[in-house]
Amino acid sequence: MANKITLNLISGRTIQQGVAIESGKEKPLYRTAAGIIEMDPSDFKKLGGWKSTNVRVTSEFGNVIVKAVETSQGPHPGLGFIPMGPWANAIIDPNTYSTGMPTFKGVPVTVEVAMNEPILLGIELVQKLCGVKTE
Amino acid sequence: MTKTITDVICPFCGTLCDDLEVVVSDDGKKLLEVYNSCVIGTEKFLHSQSPDRVTRPRMHQEDGSWKEISYDEAVEYSAQMLAKAKKPLMFGWSSTNCEAQSVGNEIAEIAKACCDNTAATCHGTTLIAVQDIGLPTCTLGEVKNRADRVIFWGCNPAHAHPRHMSRYSIFPRGFFTGKGQMSRKLIVVDPRVTDTAKMADVHLQVEQGKDYELLDALRVAFKGEWLPDVVAGIPSEKIREAADMMKSGRFGIIFFGMGVTQSLGKNHNIDEAIAVTKDLNEYTKFSIMPMRGHYNVTGSGEVFAWQFGFPYAVDLTRGFARYNPGDTSTIDLLNRGEIDAMFNIGSDPGAHFPISAVKHIASVPSVCVDPHLTPTTGVSKLHVPVAFNGVECGGNCYRMDNVPIDCRKVVEPPEGMLTDEQFLTKVRDRLKQLKGAA
Repeated sequence: MANKITLNLISGRTIQQGVAIESGKEKPLYRTAAGIIEMDPSDFKKLGGWKSTNVRVTSEFGNVIVKAVETSQGPHPGLGFIPMGPWANAIIDPNTYSTGMPTFKGVPVTVEVAMNEPILLGIELVQKLCGVKTE
Repeated sequence: MTKTITDVICPFCGTLCDDLEVVVSDDGKKLLEVYNSCVIGTEKFLHSQSPDRVTRPRMHQEDGSWKEISYDEAVEYSAQMLAKAKKPLMFGWSSTNCEAQSVGNEIAEIAKACCDNTAATCHGTTLIAVQDIGLPTCTLGEVKNRADRVIFWGCNPAHAHPRHMSRYSIFPRGFFTGKGQMSRKLIVVDPRVTDTAKMADVHLQVEQGKDYELLDALRVAFKGEWLPDVVAGIPSEKIREAADMMKSGRFGIIFFGMGVTQSLGKNHNIDEAIAVTKDLNEYTKFSIMPMRGHYNVTGSGEVFAWQFGFPYAVDLTRGFARYNPGDTSTIDLLNRGEIDAMFNIGSDPGAHFPISAVKHIASVPSVCVDPHLTPTTGVSKLHVPVAFNGVECGGNCYRMDNVPIDCRKVVEPPEGMLTDEQFLTKVRDRLKQLKGAA
């Protein structure tokens, strides 16, 4: 049975994300590279979901649909990793605590299976969240 | 016949590799092959040749469609927007050359703008820490030739600076490091077992956000004083092992990244990392260096600092330069909704700012100068595509160790396209007319 689990979220660079931003952020490759959450196998067990399932990740600042994948840079139980980009930034903590720097790392989030929800493309996601009219 | 251009500079990350070889067509109009660069750098060069590239400015229309306009119309819109705004923000600058940054600063002075670079979301907190207690640093050449202790703290160069380890920090055989990788000990501090950590002699898998505690524990361990059994998730024996390894080297270097600058504690994490470096100099020679991300974010800080006195988060709205992170910094200005016009160049805040800040960008008049299609162009009123700096035009850039390197032009931009500097110069001249400045 699928559950809702709590993780500590961080974001950062991956080489796949780097290649995708240079080959075009309008392309599906960007979503494949950065529209994901890397999770530890033990957290997948707690979630009760399949690997490569779409999930909804929610923080107190918003929520976003991404694909849950098993981490290649683990083990890191309890830690979720979304590569830097619009998907991570839809839910990270914008508070700077007077330093100018948002809190991109260390955001408490919940993860739940959202199998039938679509993962938006990068530009599409930002336009939708900002209410920008598109063709 | 094709031509091979050697010693080309890679305009992707702060490593600013200077040994690329690029093959271009005989007429110099087509870029065909890239050698020696990492996979990201290769993609950057090749993407400039994309057939679906936008080559003329576009205005976002009411119905959501885009209308192609001329560069002159784009200059007029940009200058009018900056002239009318009470508190415009000019952000980005890290993916363009120093010459363009300098023209941008002239515009900012005339428009009385807030200006900031991408340090806002990468090493801004490092700059605060450096102002607090200084930075004992060195060049990457010194690292290559001397460093036998290398620490990567909260950074993952295997992914973010792919050739850093092969050109400077781990593998090269330097003057005093003739055995290359065999001459060096590698310590990695990261909450994940990153691909960099997998190569380490010692990996300290710190509990996320506890970097300050671990840095402090290292300072205690250097002095051989008492430590709790576990600090920041690391057993004390392992902390002492790492501390002894650092002290026993002849020349050490701490490279640090977003793991410390973006976690809670922020500039105070860096304060402590610099204090660790200072302490280590009691025993041996140690340096510390931020792993800068964009290829010319360092240059932007240099240009801001030499022209305005501050390296980022500069507010010129009162007619003189003020600097007060938390007040004059971009994310805070946007989150508070203080900005009434946005001029973005050489960066993508739409993708890399918290969505609350991006929403404000989308709600004001905005210009995005960028050769790519990005989330920022997607929410901007005007998109001005330009030539790729470092590919289609040259210019000065600063490597992460503050060494200036001139980028090279290797191929012609599509016909009629302007460079960043050319576009900015036109905007500056028009703005001067509008403002009646001499």
